[in-house]
Amino acid sequence: MTTFEVVAEGLGKRYGPTRALDTFDLTVPAGTVHGLLGPNGAGKTTAVRILTTLLRFDTGRASVAGYDVLRRPDEVRARIALTGQYAAVDEILSGRQNLELFGRLFRLGRREARRRAGELLERFGLDDAASRSAGEYSGGMRRRLDLAASLIRTPRVLFLDEPTTGLDPRSRNQVWDLVRGLVADGTTVLLTTQYLEEADQLADRISVIDAGRVVAEGSPDQLKALTGGDRIEVVVRDAAELGHAARLVAAVCGAEPELDRGVRRLSAPVVDRVAGLVDVVRALDDAGIAVEDIGLRRATLDEAFLHLTGHRPDDTREPVGAGRKAEVA
Amino acid sequence: MTTAITDGWTMTRRNMTHVVRAPEELILYFSLPIMFVLVFGYVFGSGMQVSGGGSYREFLLPGVFVMTMLYGLGATATGVALDLSRGVVDRFRSMPMARSALMTGRSAADLLRALLEMSTLLVCGLLVGWQWRQGVGKALLAVGLLLLLRIAITWVGIYLALLVRNPETVGVIVFPAAFPFTAISNVFVSPELMPSVIGTISEWNPLSATVAAIRELFGNPGLGGDSWPAEHAMLLAVLWPVLLIATFAPLAVRRYQRLSR
Repeated sequence: MTTFEVVAEGLGKRYGPTRALDTFDLTVPAGTVHGLLGPNGAGKTTAVRILTTLLRFDTGRASVAGYDVLRRPDEVRARIALTGQYAAVDEILSGRQNLELFGRLFRLGRREARRRAGELLERFGLDDAASRSAGEYSGGMRRRLDLAASLIRTPRVLFLDEPTTGLDPRSRNQVWDLVRGLVADGTTVLLTTQYLEEADQLADRISVIDAGRVVAEGSPDQLKALTGGDRIEVVVRDAAELGHAARLVAAVCGAEPELDRGVRRLSAPVVDRVAGLVDVVRALDDAGIAVEDIGLRRATLDEAFLHLTGHRPDDTREPVGAGRKAEVA
Repeated sequence: MTTAITDGWTMTRRNMTHVVRAPEELILYFSLPIMFVLVFGYVFGSGMQVSGGGSYREFLLPGVFVMTMLYGLGATATGVALDLSRGVVDRFRSMPMARSALMTGRSAADLLRALLEMSTLLVCGLLVGWQWRQGVGKALLAVGLLLLLRIAITWVGIYLALLVRNPETVGVIVFPAAFPFTAISNVFVSPELMPSVIGTISEWNPLSATVAAIRELFGNPGLGGDSWPAEHAMLLAVLWPVLLIATFAPLAVRRYQRLSR
């Protein structure tokens, strides 16, 4: 039987007239990574703050690691760790002092706290910077220190609130590798992110959140399939032939392709991947249209998100219809 | 209960480590009272009178002691606000530690800091000719009164930080809020020598009661005035910090619990 490490049923939380969360549901099976994906202000952080006992909620029920969040917060706290959006380390203390402090507060003895701090500094590649103030660390180092602090005692459930926001690609990859390693050791992870790629890379399942509600839930592939599946993309050599090519592709695919004149590209949904590709190649060849590139592209989570919420996952809350560059021929 | 004490002590050590690792702040808080001693004691002091006679510098030092305790408000409030704004408090609150530790740790560390500040100032005082004249017992009582005031100020500071949250704002508020208390009081000038209305305000300023009580315990000049608060200085010096604690400690605790709203 699957055990669920995180369960939320109908969570609601309002701040005055604003509903930060509105009948929010979530179940995360043990040993998996669940991604909460949504734009700024969608309610991701509110959900994490509730589940980590930092915030009370108005309606619903929540339990983490088998304990009710409201009634047994101490039991929950003893089994979770939180790495927040803003690296929550002490900026004046050194990296080592930070880890020793959190170790002591996790009830490790002085010697044990020191030993564990040394171990984690080495594992996270921070031993050279161990005695420098955390305030002098780079963003990536600080995030690693923050993660290390979460692992002083291996948590059953790890909450990562936008763990790579503001990090360069290299640091982001490091954080991703660390998270994968943790999951391999059996930790359950709840991750919030506004990066679709991050959810795609790390999460077994994803909840798409918008305006405090889960608007879709599924594996990354399932969510991608929601957009209507794969597309065929053609880049022609001569921009003047784009219109002609579009008519041919429309005839094969049975749908009007989207055109991007700037890069001489068109794309159209395709149902039967291989047959569609062959037919398009043949039609273009017969018409003598020079093709620079042609291929099948799987739907991205970006498109899934756009499809589900009507706007892109970054900070914009307005519908993107007007901003969309592609025009329909 | 034991976890509350252990965690409180861990947090106290954390805050004291801050003092060691970032001593600039402490130096700033040290240099201000020392500057006051030098400027008032040597520059303005030559023109200052002490009601009832006596050395102005001996009159001044107890006032500076009290002022230093009051300005500790800035250190407390900024420290707590910094923690709140940087998300460290969230990490602490998500850990299985005693929730009281954040406040008891702050309070204890500030008390230790105040002891450090007091010892430095006492030495400074001795160097410029101030002394205690009523024996060690009363001198220690005076120090006790000063520390009691500092504890009260700590709780006001914690509450202020929880209310305002933004460390920059806290830094801007504190000095204008604290300065009038020291300016219109008996810290630098005897109220009897002030224009009547301001003199009355000074007499009733609770800070004046503490200063008067400290002067009495150290045996320094400048006692006087026959106003009611001046005659009950000792009582008031004990009473008003206790009142502050009784008011602001529960307010701060409630405000802290409301972080989860």
